[in-house]
Amino acid sequence: MGKTVIELQGIRRDFIVGDETVHALRGVSFSISEGEFVTIMGSSGSGKSTLLNILGCLDTPTAGEYYLDGISVRKMSKNKRAILRNRKIGFVFQNYNLLAKTTAIENVELPLMYNADISSAERRQRAIAALQSVGLGDRMEHKSNQMSGGQMQRVAIARALVNNPAVILADEATGNLDTRTSFEILVLFQKLHAEGRTIIFVTHNPDISSYSSRNIRLMDGHVIEDTVNTDILSAEKTLAELPANEDD
Amino acid sequence: MNWSNLFKISLKALSNNKMRAFLTMLGIIIGVAAVITMIALGQGAKKNIQDEISGMGSNMIMIHPGGERRGGVRLDPSEMQTLKESDYEVLRKENLFLAGISPNVSMSGQLVSGNSNYPSSVSGVGTDYIAIRQLNVAEGEMFTETDIRKSAKVCVIGTTIVDNLFPDGSNPIGRIIRLNQVPLKVIGILESKGYNSMGMDQDDIVLVPYTTVMKRFRAIDYLEGIFASAITEDMTDLATADIEEILRRQHKLKDSDPDDFMIRTQQELSEILNTTTNLLTTLLACIAGISLLVGGIGIMNIMYVSVTERTREIGLRMSVGARGIDILVQFLIEAILISITGGILGILLGCGASAAVRWLGNWPVAIQPWSVILSFLVCTFTGVFFGWYPAKKAAALDPIDALRYE
Ligand SMILES: Nc1ncnc2c1ncn2[C@@H]1O[C@H](COP(=O)(O)OP(=O)(O)OP(=O)(O)O)[C@@H](O)[C@H]1O
Ligand SMILES: [Mg+2]
Repeated sequence: MGKTVIELQGIRRDFIVGDETVHALRGVSFSISEGEFVTIMGSSGSGKSTLLNILGCLDTPTAGEYYLDGISVRKMSKNKRAILRNRKIGFVFQNYNLLAKTTAIENVELPLMYNADISSAERRQRAIAALQSVGLGDRMEHKSNQMSGGQMQRVAIARALVNNPAVILADEATGNLDTRTSFEILVLFQKLHAEGRTIIFVTHNPDISSYSSRNIRLMDGHVIEDTVNTDILSAEKTLAELPANEDD
Repeated sequence: MNWSNLFKISLKALSNNKMRAFLTMLGIIIGVAAVITMIALGQGAKKNIQDEISGMGSNMIMIHPGGERRGGVRLDPSEMQTLKESDYEVLRKENLFLAGISPNVSMSGQLVSGNSNYPSSVSGVGTDYIAIRQLNVAEGEMFTETDIRKSAKVCVIGTTIVDNLFPDGSNPIGRIIRLNQVPLKVIGILESKGYNSMGMDQDDIVLVPYTTVMKRFRAIDYLEGIFASAITEDMTDLATADIEEILRRQHKLKDSDPDDFMIRTQQELSEILNTTTNLLTTLLACIAGISLLVGGIGIMNIMYVSVTERTREIGLRMSVGARGIDILVQFLIEAILISITGGILGILLGCGASAAVRWLGNWPVAIQPWSVILSFLVCTFTGVFFGWYPAKKAAALDPIDALRYE
């Protein structure tokens, strides 16, 4: 196994709602190495999104240590964390979170806009490459509202890829999509995995776990299962076996 | 700082939300334009009246017969005949503070010249009158002391009279006009002064030696008033006191007797008029202030309504790595662009509206630089503040909280 990308030590996250405290995460510890494709599963409310948001530096843990690429995130300033999100993390949301009225290419360029080291020519070229790699080379000038859900999710994935992140985080990236489109997205993630990227994929769907290399199961804010999957199925094959859409 | 990219981002965000940008701008445009126009109207009216007052001679003193009028009490005609020619002569000889002094008796009648006739009022005055009223003789000349001594049948007329009695454009100098059958020779024409702010035609004027009016037309031995002018404006009070003393002595009034004449100065008149115009300006300034407030509330509203939408946008931008400062700079650039564009458009609209009022409504306007600057600053400040403040609040959130904001 490669070097450790993510290391969590006793991560806790409490939400205070009124005068009640919700313990969303009650001490989560694990580490993830470079090149792993990890699915995180668990019932609704088990803390999956909360965990992923912390991994993505979108949220701050109440307690515990989080090392990303060996650096302690807890001790970082807000600005440093923003730079970390910009350079090391690609986040894919269930509801895509694209900029409205904005073309696919501009959405994909967005992370690079906040990186002064990248020239506009390089930015464009990398955005084009990212869009092509998700199969949207012909939809670059389409606006967010002129695309299907699957296409929007691909744009979001391209946006997560464009900064060449150390880790790609996806929260129910296929949750809003039909089976076929879900598998198309899954094919994409497997391709990224094959390229050596580190992926953490939160999902409700137990079937998806067999397409990843490792499976972490959460319950009530605890890790209750952490298994390595040696028999990884090919999403491409499954997709080929799926009955074709009626109108295809 | 990544200025050029942030500038691009701001422009993009603005062009993606043209309606929001326009509505925000509208508040600023209306606020700025209203303030500029209202203040220009108020100040224009004020300046107009002030010019007119100083045009009438700010040193002017008017003496009228009869004591201080008591509301609603009808005066005995004899009380209105207390000013005599001798009073005028003594004042003229003894008062050291006067630059000029002229009696005044007036009458009205029909002026006739050839086939033309025109009803007018005629002022019987002395030679100093034109200096006191700051009139100028454009052609010919004013009558002289000799004319006055001889009760000469001469007159000096304003351009309205010229236009009405000599419609063919012939030169009136040396011509004879008739006033109530009495022939008068035109010896001078006054420079045109146009209309005053009350809409009175200041060129509808006929000046005749006062002796001519008193003896040849009205057969009276009293004056209806005396006009005088102090040497300087500062000497008006001294001159007034001196006039009062001389007239009381002339009229043999005891210490306990009230004055049987009344002295008014131009200063008092201008103070009254100033109070009125100040009231007008205050009123217009209030309307302008309200417009500014309404504009400001408009800006606040549109900014506030867009907070939810924009907070999500901020969350999204932060989730892909925008720092708090990037967000703030983007929103500041947007707000500044909107506010400054709106402010400039507002200034143009305000100046345009003022000019339109001047040309269409024939109302005097005077655009005040301070009102331009003030309204521009207030509106741009409001715009920038309400553009920046929600951004500052949102940028302080964790990205996930901003994304979930509702
Ligand atoms: N912002 C918040 N404020 C208060 N409580 C929260 C907040 N976010 C999450 N929680 C609580 O934390 C717990 C875990 O939520 P989380 O969203 O992580 O669940 P999940 O595993 O992603 O569920 P799902 O599969 O339905 O998305 C839940 O009980 C939820 O009510
Ligand atoms: Mg969730």
